[in-house]
Amino acid sequence: MSERKMLKGCVALAEGAIAAGCRYYFGYPITPQNDIPEYLSARLPRIGGVFIQAESEIASINMLLGAAAAGARAMTSSSGPGISLMQEGLSYMAGSELPGLVVNITRIGPGLGGIAASQGDYRQATRGGGHGDYHVIVLAPNSVQEMYDLTIKAFYLADKYRNPAMILADAILGQMKEPVCLDPPPIVLAEKPWALTGARGRKAQLIKSLYLADGEMEAHNRHLQEKYRRLERDEVLVEMDLEEKMDILLVSFGSCSRMVRSALELARSRGIRAGFLRPITVYPFPGQAIKKVSSNVEKVMVVEMNTGQMWDDVRLSLSPECQARLLARPGGGIPTPGQILAEMESFLKGADDIGDIL
Amino acid sequence: MATFFSRPDSLLDTNFHFCPGCHHGTVHRLIAEVIDYHGIREKTVGVPGVGCGVFLYNYLDLDICEAPHGRAPAVATGLKRVLPQNVIFTYQGDGDLSSIGMAEIMHTANRGENITVFFINNGVYGMTGGQMAPTTLPGQKTTTTPYGRDFRTEGYPLRMTEMLAALEGVAFAARVSLHTPSQVRKARKAMLRAIEIQLHNLGFSFVECICACPTNWRLSPRQCIEKIEQEILQVFPPGVYKEKPGSRTRRK
Repeated sequence: MSERKMLKGCVALAEGAIAAGCRYYFGYPITPQNDIPEYLSARLPRIGGVFIQAESEIASINMLLGAAAAGARAMTSSSGPGISLMQEGLSYMAGSELPGLVVNITRIGPGLGGIAASQGDYRQATRGGGHGDYHVIVLAPNSVQEMYDLTIKAFYLADKYRNPAMILADAILGQMKEPVCLDPPPIVLAEKPWALTGARGRKAQLIKSLYLADGEMEAHNRHLQEKYRRLERDEVLVEMDLEEKMDILLVSFGSCSRMVRSALELARSRGIRAGFLRPITVYPFPGQAIKKVSSNVEKVMVVEMNTGQMWDDVRLSLSPECQARLLARPGGGIPTPGQILAEMESFLKGADDIGDIL
Repeated sequence: MATFFSRPDSLLDTNFHFCPGCHHGTVHRLIAEVIDYHGIREKTVGVPGVGCGVFLYNYLDLDICEAPHGRAPAVATGLKRVLPQNVIFTYQGDGDLSSIGMAEIMHTANRGENITVFFINNGVYGMTGGQMAPTTLPGQKTTTTPYGRDFRTEGYPLRMTEMLAALEGVAFAARVSLHTPSQVRKARKAMLRAIEIQLHNLGFSFVECICACPTNWRLSPRQCIEKIEQEILQVFPPGVYKEKPGSRTRRK
């Protein structure tokens, strides 16, 4: 029987990490994600785990790198500015093919910005974020239940592909409480014959990202790209609620998609034939699904809490005949269902600008 | 026939790429000797920083994990917390450890992280072509202090061993030099003790190795040894600066 509890998003995420068998946490305080380290600092030592409050996010990501190299399931969490500091380490982890989880409970940027909900780190998260040609696997929950479920999933994907994974959420998802079913699957720890444990009974092993010899780095990058193609082929997660004939398709991710869902119901109650598509993996991005769905609809509206970042990915995927419009709320503002509905109606009436580009 | 001297098992049978007169090779060999002495080759993981020392894996027959520039102590922390029964050491130069990696080394030491750090102090950034390091001597010419390091604008040499010895978490801190056979013997003794400290879980252990960089000092190996003797050891005196009492393994 699964256990049903009323939990905060950050706590559900921490429980998800424990359910996935993660026993190592390294992190540095930053709002709005402090519930994660606070919760795990109490929980992990009781179950044989390790909690370290690191001296910086730079140290946190490198402790994660070390723990991952030793073969452990391990994680760190932070927010915008701290995630920026981790980009060097993330690039090294991707280059060295080390799995691990990084949680970004985003703030509003740029700079010190603000602590309210924002989706302004989408581009940094989905493009890799640091130097070089790489990707991080990025999952974007939209409920407290998914904070738990997708955290578990992220650890398994990271191990399967030997690649860092990220949970991309925000203050709404981190701080709100919702009922959650805690249904921990059996913990399956992947075999990691590449892990560094001392060269006992085998040849010495090496974990590195430096390749200086002629052609080595190109071969390594081709190998990494082959892995990303496999991710794009096999691991895309998308939620869709479509109608057979649609006037408009709404595309949104994360907390923002909850408001869009409400707007969808309002629109349908007024007789608008509206569809809904939510990328759950924002990398790998469900471009194929968007391409396919958009071939049956004239108008697509993207709603996000930034200046239009996923907007770029959606437009790259759209069928060429499609008209697209953006509703963007950067800087802590949350689009209300009423605002979304009003934008949809004006778009459907023939407003032909591309919308809310600020 | 008795063998009195041979290549340590932990040292791979290959030529070093280091410049003639450089002491990296000497320190590599000593690490191999110390690992063989303690019989820990199969449970040791080395973490080289970024610089000439990054190629540690080409010479030591050990599991090795590369670390980003300056972050080796944080990487070693992650390894050690997962593998508390293993021996974890870092191998870092003076740019890596005492400049970009200052936060990581100080906090790892302050946590009393049970790892060993071998610190190569040759007063310059060797791999990038001889720029000023935090350990560059006053007046020393480098490619970024062409008129000599001026303390009024570039500060003073950082004495890492003295700074670390002041921290509660540090169990062992020593500075050694490699420029004479007797100094090499002292260096070996300090490195043996540093690993022994880790084997007995006594805390953080640190060995600073004063090394020559003939290429970037623009000196012959012989002139380098004179410089170490006459100038560098005046600023960086060798010795054991801190040693917590604790179990000693009987010497063979």
